[in-house]
Amino acid sequence: MVPEGYYLILSAVLFAIGVTGVLIRRNPVVIFMSIELMLNAVNLSFIAFASQLNSLDGQVFVFFVMAVAAAEVAVGLAIIVSIFRARTSVDVDEMNLMKW
Amino acid sequence: MLDTLWLIPALPFVGFLFNGLLGKKVPKAVVYWVACGIVGLAFAGALLAFRDLLNLPAEERFFTQSLFTWIPSGDLLVKVGLQLDPLSAVMILVVTGVGFLIHVYSIGYMHSEQGYGRYFAYLNLFTFAMLTLVLADNFLLMFVGWEGVGLCSYLLIGYWYEKPAAANAGRKAFVVNRIGDFGFLLAMMLIFSLFGTLRFDSIFHQAPLALTFGGEMATTITLLLFLGATGKSAQIPLYIWLPDAMEGPTPVSALIHAATMVTAGVYMVARCHVLFLLAPISLAIVAVIGALTALFAASIGLVQNDIKRVLAYSTISQLGYMFLGCGVGAFAAGIFHLTTHAFFKALLFLGSGSVIHALSGEQDIRKMGGIAKKIPITHVTFLIGALAIAGFPGLAGFFSKDEILWKAFSSPQGSGLLWFFGVLAALFTAFYMFRLLFLTFHGKSRVEQDKEHHIHESPPTMLFALVILALLSVVGGYIGVPKILGGGNVFESFLEPVFTRYPVLGPLTGGVHPLSLEWTLLLVSVAVALLGILLAWLLYLKRDRIPAALVKRFPSLYDLILNKYHVDEVYGALIVIPGRKLSELTYDRFDLGIVDGLVNFVGEFVVRAGEGLKRVQMGYVRQYAFAILISALCVLGYFLLR
Repeated sequence: MVPEGYYLILSAVLFAIGVTGVLIRRNPVVIFMSIELMLNAVNLSFIAFASQLNSLDGQVFVFFVMAVAAAEVAVGLAIIVSIFRARTSVDVDEMNLMKW
Repeated sequence: MLDTLWLIPALPFVGFLFNGLLGKKVPKAVVYWVACGIVGLAFAGALLAFRDLLNLPAEERFFTQSLFTWIPSGDLLVKVGLQLDPLSAVMILVVTGVGFLIHVYSIGYMHSEQGYGRYFAYLNLFTFAMLTLVLADNFLLMFVGWEGVGLCSYLLIGYWYEKPAAANAGRKAFVVNRIGDFGFLLAMMLIFSLFGTLRFDSIFHQAPLALTFGGEMATTITLLLFLGATGKSAQIPLYIWLPDAMEGPTPVSALIHAATMVTAGVYMVARCHVLFLLAPISLAIVAVIGALTALFAASIGLVQNDIKRVLAYSTISQLGYMFLGCGVGAFAAGIFHLTTHAFFKALLFLGSGSVIHALSGEQDIRKMGGIAKKIPITHVTFLIGALAIAGFPGLAGFFSKDEILWKAFSSPQGSGLLWFFGVLAALFTAFYMFRLLFLTFHGKSRVEQDKEHHIHESPPTMLFALVILALLSVVGGYIGVPKILGGGNVFESFLEPVFTRYPVLGPLTGGVHPLSLEWTLLLVSVAVALLGILLAWLLYLKRDRIPAALVKRFPSLYDLILNKYHVDEVYGALIVIPGRKLSELTYDRFDLGIVDGLVNFVGEFVVRAGEGLKRVQMGYVRQYAFAILISALCVLGYFLLR
């Protein structure tokens, strides 16, 4: 039986990797993947707590998170594709129209 | 008619609505038939109400009619209610009767004017407001009428609004009247705080208990009320607007600025006689102001050259007589003079209108003369009016003026000095009226060539009013023939229930005086009137070089009086110019500096703050994400380290 602490440490490491990816990558597709990584790190800690507390609540939550993540990716990819069509580039640093 | 009393003021209001809304669309004939017909109906109604009132026993001649609740607000409950007693009955008869004649006169006089419908709409509105004023059974409704007539006065003085003089005169009248109205309002508030009601009947019943005789409260209230009266009735110190008001059409001067509106102050003082009798100081002030105004205005009238301005100063002077009467406690005599004055002064104004009409708009009496034969009816009626106002024995003015002079002498509040002022003013009155008459109608013609052959008698509608008013000026006085001349003074005994209805402290009737004294004073005033007429005849017909010689002899005195004692200039220097300076100062400093500055500061501040804060929106998604991360770490750190 692996102690819960290890799951949480793994989860934190995964989350940190995800954050770093979001912050340093310029390709929006990779940023999306990093966001998925963050979401899954959270899912992992949900599962860990669920098994520790002997409750199904955490596992149910994970299903919701996965459903929302799927929807988010669908919308996000659609936006990225249309931006690419408009500007032939998807570098996030070039997307600075939404300012004063 | 008593149960449908409300119809009397309502009818002119209907006329106002009709002419005000449709006056431009219907033919002229419809406009004046409606306007005159409806005032005629109101006059018929007033006559019926008067008959019904006469059928009641003398003590029960007091009728109130509550129409609806107007302001129910806590302690303040104001109902719109009308009150008919002998005093208001006399007033509605004068207002509708003289008003009707002047409406008819206006048909001819205003015939070629553009704003025919507007003119008659205002006249009807005025009649409505004046009837509201005199029929009101509480102070607030009276104030509504009071302001209503002020508004109509303003509108009608400025009837030819494209003429700057007329527009300025209207504004002057309005502003000066506001000063008086301010006093009226303060008095009303004091009365409400003291009595908890604004109804005349309840106030006057409570007054002798609630107010101490000669106390500060009674004096303050009555002085404030009298301030209102000096504004509306053109007494010192607020008389200056009335001469300028002559810029309005002549029938308006006759109706508003001679016969009815300017007497509102006298009516109000008579209506509040209970309060005034509780304040002997105020009564004395009323009498002194009245006597001073009578003399002062009459002296200005001596040298004026504009036919209407002479009459305007004459009106101020006659109003002074009325206040003199009220001030010595002879309210009935004041109202009597009000009534006869309405007849002969309306007649004189309408007569002057007829002269102006005949001379194609000429108003300067130096450019008149010798026209008596060409406009005989105007001349004869004008002569009757002049005789009546001068106090020629047997005509209306003689009885009423003599009554006031006698009361000024004999009443406990009166004195020989007040009487003397009155008699001197009577001498002036006779003189300036006949100076006006002689210069206008007699002597050699000084009319300008191009106007000379235009001279024509006025149309029948105008002559009709003149003749009726002339008749009234002859017989009007016989309703109040004093006992000494074998009359019963019907008028005074008719009004008596009004002045004995409430328990009053001050004495209303004079002490006992020998009959010979009354005869002597009577003869003196007759002699003075004849002397004035004679002097005018001597100076302006017989030896017409004397006036010019006198002017040469006393140039500074003549200038002083001709320029109306420079009162307008003094007021201008003391009040108008400092007021304008003050308003410029406050406009510059306070309005532009503080008020506008505050508003601009708020706007500027928001704009600047936005300018500064917009830099935060740099547009790089990753920096936003970084900011979120830092914030999240901060929150996390806070919870961990707490």
